[in-house]
Amino acid sequence: MALRLPMRLVLQGVRSAATRVGNGYRAVTYAPQGAGREFSSATVGGRRSDSLAVHRDTPTNNPSIPFKFTPQNEKLITAILSRYPPQYKKAAVMPILDLGQRQHGFCSISVMNEVARILEMPPMRVYEVATFYTMYNRSPVGKFHVQVCTTSPCLLCGSDAVMKAVTETTGLKPGESDQEGIFTVSEVECLGACVNGPMIQINDDYYEDLNANTTKYLLEALRQAARDTSGKAEIPPPGPMSGRQSCEPAKGLTTLASPMWGPEVTRPDL
Amino acid sequence: MFASIRHPVAATRCLGRLPSLSPTSSATSYIPQPRRTLATVAEGQPKRTYGGLKDQDRIFQNLYGHHGTDLKSAMKYGDWYKTKEILLKGHDWIIGEVKASGLRGRGGAGFPSGMKWSFMNPPGWEKGNTPRYLVVNADEGEPGTCKDREIMRKDPHKLIEGCLVAGRSMNATAAYIYIRGEFYHEASVLERAIQEAYAAGLIGKNACGSGYDFDVYVHRGMGAYVCGEETSLIESLEGKPGKPRLKPPFPAAVGLFGCPSTVANVETVAVAPTICRRGGSWFAQFGRERNSGTKLFCISGHVNNPCTVEEEMSIPLRDLIEQHCGGVRGGWNNLLAVIPGGSSTPILPKRICDDVLMDFDALKDAQSGLGTAAVIVMDKYSDVVRVISRLSKFYKHESCGQCTPCREGSKWTYQIMQRFEKGQGREREIDMLEELTRQVEGHTICALGEAFAWPIQGLIRHFRPELEARMREYAALKGGETRAGGWDHDARIKGELISPGQ
Repeated sequence: MALRLPMRLVLQGVRSAATRVGNGYRAVTYAPQGAGREFSSATVGGRRSDSLAVHRDTPTNNPSIPFKFTPQNEKLITAILSRYPPQYKKAAVMPILDLGQRQHGFCSISVMNEVARILEMPPMRVYEVATFYTMYNRSPVGKFHVQVCTTSPCLLCGSDAVMKAVTETTGLKPGESDQEGIFTVSEVECLGACVNGPMIQINDDYYEDLNANTTKYLLEALRQAARDTSGKAEIPPPGPMSGRQSCEPAKGLTTLASPMWGPEVTRPDL
Repeated sequence: MFASIRHPVAATRCLGRLPSLSPTSSATSYIPQPRRTLATVAEGQPKRTYGGLKDQDRIFQNLYGHHGTDLKSAMKYGDWYKTKEILLKGHDWIIGEVKASGLRGRGGAGFPSGMKWSFMNPPGWEKGNTPRYLVVNADEGEPGTCKDREIMRKDPHKLIEGCLVAGRSMNATAAYIYIRGEFYHEASVLERAIQEAYAAGLIGKNACGSGYDFDVYVHRGMGAYVCGEETSLIESLEGKPGKPRLKPPFPAAVGLFGCPSTVANVETVAVAPTICRRGGSWFAQFGRERNSGTKLFCISGHVNNPCTVEEEMSIPLRDLIEQHCGGVRGGWNNLLAVIPGGSSTPILPKRICDDVLMDFDALKDAQSGLGTAAVIVMDKYSDVVRVISRLSKFYKHESCGQCTPCREGSKWTYQIMQRFEKGQGREREIDMLEELTRQVEGHTICALGEAFAWPIQGLIRHFRPELEARMREYAALKGGETRAGGWDHDARIKGELISPGQ
């Protein structure tokens, strides 16, 4: 397909991706669009994959950047390692990679190499893990990683409107980060809060029962909080944004309204 | 999880049996006449209706966050009561109670739990000197399902006590709770509860003073749906990419870290202590035979009040939606279809939803499945083809790429479904898609192959006219029937065809 594209477009695509990498933000992973065949295998679904499986050295992510765990995290690593049998140290690769990602901001090649060193496993085994699981961000993400669930239950409840609100408010398409480093937008698969759909996950927090207005309000509040240097700006509390507590019916309880049982129901012969 | 459909043989057998019933019954016009006998007993049993579970019989009392997640409030409402006595009764007693309760695995497959747990104690098990593990599958990723999350963040002590009781029945030495990575706060709640339980001496060395040592650990996943399959969960827990293993050897023989292990769903494990305390017969009185117990149902989509609710098994779908969710948006007649058990179970149209019961056998007879009891409701204004197409995208994204039929098939089906959304195809291609899904199911290591094939088969089975209508509409718009592969009828004239033979 690329052969049928004017060379100028191909070059442009490469160049724009490269500038973004130079600025230290996630490379745009869209395949070049807009030419002839709409449903050829390369362009169906927009992107070939969520992110490139191979590593490319960039100024912010290359093996020569040193990475060390903080003393506090070293203690946590000891605690994590104690959960697994001593001869299976590599079982701890997932939690420790996560720890490294939390410390460094993203899961860079240096983090992976350091984890491989600590766990005495070949670096390739760590790379395999880091590329297989979607929650390892192998390129830098913004302060708020906005992950919009668009799988069927959320889709039925209006995730299109939420997605539209997210792209309009942030000016980003899924897979992109902004120049300020505040937002990264991702489209993710089911996050497991289906009765509270549509929902988005921002970093570790679930914001549920959204609509276009609450989404806009939420993102604006987050942007303000990120720009506010005094640190006093409030971030809306996670959870349903419709006034619900959690997963109960919105119009009053249909169950669990009567007095609860305790140990008294235990069978007598125990 | 999608382990629900691990028994393709049983399923096809069931599908084969269904049509054979109808011709015989329609061919003979036999109308039963009341026969006079000397007996005066009323004929037949009064028909039992299911549903309307009383609060006194609900296991997950804290489903809506009535009280805190701390140990003290958990104990006030019955958790950790006489756990020592349960442990001291021994593994045969616990497994006996679970067998008597008729509990079937709540992760989707519906395998009898008592039997599964007893596989860990084959003759001569006590001679083994390896550790033995209970692995709790909390990698809840099936679209529509959000019940385990509620257990973990509101009733963590039920799960931890369940680990201890179920672990005792399998003579396990430790339990790993594999929780999906996105559930960060749920994992924190669980972690806190585990620390509380350790501090109170309920787990750890000499758990509950019973002389039995048992550890509970939490392991967070990092976002892979396929890790909900038991062998890939074990792989993932061992620090590898979560790609399913071939069975046999089954995990009960060679599982986590090469030791005997059993993988069980959160809900299955969490109900075990209550079953032991209140008795297997108490649990067995709910629901139809072989489908007994109570169950957490998650109802999402086009209902007035989506919610998670604990109800009796075998409750009619219509009652479930109307009693707890305020009905379908716009009334029952506005219903188009329901996916009854999470995304990997085939869709059911309204005429079946009218009177179907929510249990394993009834839904299997309706050519669907209970799965994880995640009911996704669609009203008449929803785009059913798009919903299924989105599920195809989900499976394309989540396929681990190990088996070719699933890796390639999930992508092909997604591409075809994307075209069908617009009606860009021809009727012949519907059969091709169906055949493609039949080529996938049963030819993959894990059940993800079936999981993406079945929703599409369900769509074709019940909504073929809808697909065809879209194709006719698209053809009318373009001025001619689309060619195979989605090409417009005049693609050749316009010079869009690039490969020879098209």
